[in-house]
Amino acid sequence: MIEVHNVQKSFDGNPVLKGITCTFETGKCNLLLGGSGTGKSVLLQCIVGLMQPDLGSITFDGTVYTNNKVQIRQEIRRKIGMLFQGSALFDSMTVAKNVEFPLQMLTPEMTRDERRDRVEFCLKRVGLENAGEKMPSEISGGMKKRVGIARAISANCTYLFCDEPNSGLDPLTSIKIDELIQEITQEYNITTVIITHDMNSVVQIGDHIIFLYKGLKLWDGTKDEILNAEVPELKEFIFSSSLVRAAKRIDDETHNGVTNL
Amino acid sequence: MVKSFGQFLLFIQSMITRKERFAVLWNRTIDECVTIGVNSIFIVAIVSAFIGAVTCVQIAYNLTNPLIPKSTIGYMVREMTILELAPTITSIVLAGKVGSSIAGGLGTMRITEQVSALEVMGINSASYLVLPRILAAILMFPLLVILAMALSIVGGYLAGSLTGSISAQDYIEGIRSDFIPYNIVFALIKSVVFAFLVSAISAFKGYFTEGGALEVGNASTTAVNNSIIAILVADFLLAAILL
Repeated sequence: MIEVHNVQKSFDGNPVLKGITCTFETGKCNLLLGGSGTGKSVLLQCIVGLMQPDLGSITFDGTVYTNNKVQIRQEIRRKIGMLFQGSALFDSMTVAKNVEFPLQMLTPEMTRDERRDRVEFCLKRVGLENAGEKMPSEISGGMKKRVGIARAISANCTYLFCDEPNSGLDPLTSIKIDELIQEITQEYNITTVIITHDMNSVVQIGDHIIFLYKGLKLWDGTKDEILNAEVPELKEFIFSSSLVRAAKRIDDETHNGVTNL
Repeated sequence: MVKSFGQFLLFIQSMITRKERFAVLWNRTIDECVTIGVNSIFIVAIVSAFIGAVTCVQIAYNLTNPLIPKSTIGYMVREMTILELAPTITSIVLAGKVGSSIAGGLGTMRITEQVSALEVMGINSASYLVLPRILAAILMFPLLVILAMALSIVGGYLAGSLTGSISAQDYIEGIRSDFIPYNIVFALIKSVVFAFLVSAISAFKGYFTEGGALEVGNASTTAVNNSIIAILVADFLLAAILL
């Protein structure tokens, strides 16, 4: 479980995070939802340690991360896996080498054979058992995301962070990536935090959703509760999606006994 | 400028204070030795051979006084090559080739979040990405400078012989006269200092790139400019201090 308490962050005097307090639960897909510029990415970067919050604390399973000793921060970081928006694969390495990289760096006690087995397992787990020798430039966007997930889980991460895992993907591939993230979260009982704008992801894998607006947490709940939430900003965000509007219309018409087919 | 220099010092410190394992550092350094050293042999060989050739022909052209022995041409080619041309021109050439490659490579890694990916894994990205490049440059620049020295002198020999500016015997006599071994040591000291400056400045510029492809290009250009200026300033200071 990751606990975020009163996290604040400003850039050149402009507050981006205005005291965010929230909890990301273990074994669940925790979604950070919100429009562009609401502070989702900044919050994620503060949690994974790429940015230092101005104020507030972040706790990983009871261990405080912010302002702690470098050694403790390192220990926590080594339990973190992250899927970046652009996948961030090392383009000088093959797919297999990319997946092996965290093992090589973080678990020197593993033998070469053990590492190879683990890489094979992870690639198979994400459905890319035949792509190990390919270079990142030779694979599609969806495959890159899968490799990113395989790399994130290769060193048995406890916390998985995904920055817009569906960006640039077609709807079908997006659904597959969402399903993969959800399966991995449940299978390994890890704490997964996903930044998304995608309402498909929200209704598919949103076990716990946190809605950010202008640097504030306005709402949190589950995917079953979100459509009935009484927060105007959240309603506006949700119903800006044409698909959701259409689904809602069909739902209303069905309940009212109207059929316009 | 003072702020940038402070950032540069902190950057160097961050590389050293939290190093990666020796085996990782060693493997990365060997890889970088290939990129920085082996892949630069061709351009260094071409540049140094022609510089030696041109130096020989131009000195011969200017030495018209019959009282000055012809062997002076060989002597001057050797002194100019060892003291100045081989270490400085080679380093300037490498600032263009290696410096832009380091800055461009690190800049691209930064804007495509590869540096962030390393940091999230708990890896000191400066130590993993930059320290091996600096070590490899410090190892390979002196070797390339030695190669440049040899090829410049050979270039001078061939040019002098082929154009008839100087006989092979006179040239060799000049090359062998009044040799001061310290000059070689001085040239190698210069090459180590230049290697550090080129690799560290280029890495600094690339590592802190922000933005997109345009900024990566700008970082490469700035890295080369700053490296060349640093080489020239250091060249003067080292000559004033060590000679």
